[in-house]
Amino acid sequence: MLTLTHFLVLAAILFAISVLGIFLNRKNLIVLLMAIELMLLAVNFNFIAFSHYLSDTAGQIFVFFILTVAAAESAIGLAILVVLFRNMRTINVEDLGSLKG
Amino acid sequence: MSMTTVIFYILSAILLFAAVRVVTAKNPVHAVLYLVLAFFTSSGHWLLLQSEFLAITLVLVYVGAVMVLFLFVVMMLDINIEQLREGFWRNFPVAATVGLIMAFEMVLILTNPHTGLADYKAGAALAADASNVKVLGRQLYTTYLLPFELAAVVLLVAMVAAIGLTQRSRKDTKVVDAGDQIKVRSQDRVRIVKMQAEKNVEAADTAESGEQQA
Repeated sequence: MLTLTHFLVLAAILFAISVLGIFLNRKNLIVLLMAIELMLLAVNFNFIAFSHYLSDTAGQIFVFFILTVAAAESAIGLAILVVLFRNMRTINVEDLGSLKG
Repeated sequence: MSMTTVIFYILSAILLFAAVRVVTAKNPVHAVLYLVLAFFTSSGHWLLLQSEFLAITLVLVYVGAVMVLFLFVVMMLDINIEQLREGFWRNFPVAATVGLIMAFEMVLILTNPHTGLADYKAGAALAADASNVKVLGRQLYTTYLLPFELAAVVLLVAMVAAIGLTQRSRKDTKVVDAGDQIKVRSQDRVRIVKMQAEKNVEAADTAESGEQQA
């Protein structure tokens, strides 16, 4: 018998793995973007699990909007990445200090 | 164990394996391909949770569009992987500690009986002809119409931004600057010269002009 806890624990582990990925790939901008996508997936898991177990479709509609925003975000992120690579010939986060922040 | 539980555990194992490979893969192309596997597997999970529309959307939109975009970008960029992998194992102890603590804490909370999560029973079995798409569509076009339109605007803005960022114009193309064109005034372009409509001709030409007039 599948319970809500099964899905929530799965999503929590997925989220922890993507946090691990952000720590590990601190230099690689592409893998950072992919880890963010994984995090959003973990969040969507929670929404859908609760939507199913509470019999309320509002959760699914929320996931729909998250997918929209995530798609827009990754498109712009990749566009910035391409422009960055074109101008600086690198996507290494360490080299991106031109703003001296 | 029922059939769905078995499927859940198989899918979960694949999903977690794919997620680990996404963050540890040496080659970014492999990472993207494992991410595709992760999305595909989680769409299976979402089917288990009876949200068919989103499961199919995840495959179509994420695997079909976003991941292909990622693949394009990864393959287009000529990146030095070795340089980017520097410090990977140096960061590993801290990263593993933080990740394990996070996972441990969340699992501890979620599995605690006091949270009352076990009280939520799975939704009643749906009728054979129940349509998830119909339910979502009805809500999306009535209750959530305004957010839906706003989502469309967000996508439009993202599209314009992505094109505007990456568009590169050649230096030798002749383009019209719309701003300059609007700013221009007629007196900058057209010079009105006052001159007489008729001109006194020389005496020698009078005979010819006289003949032409005749």
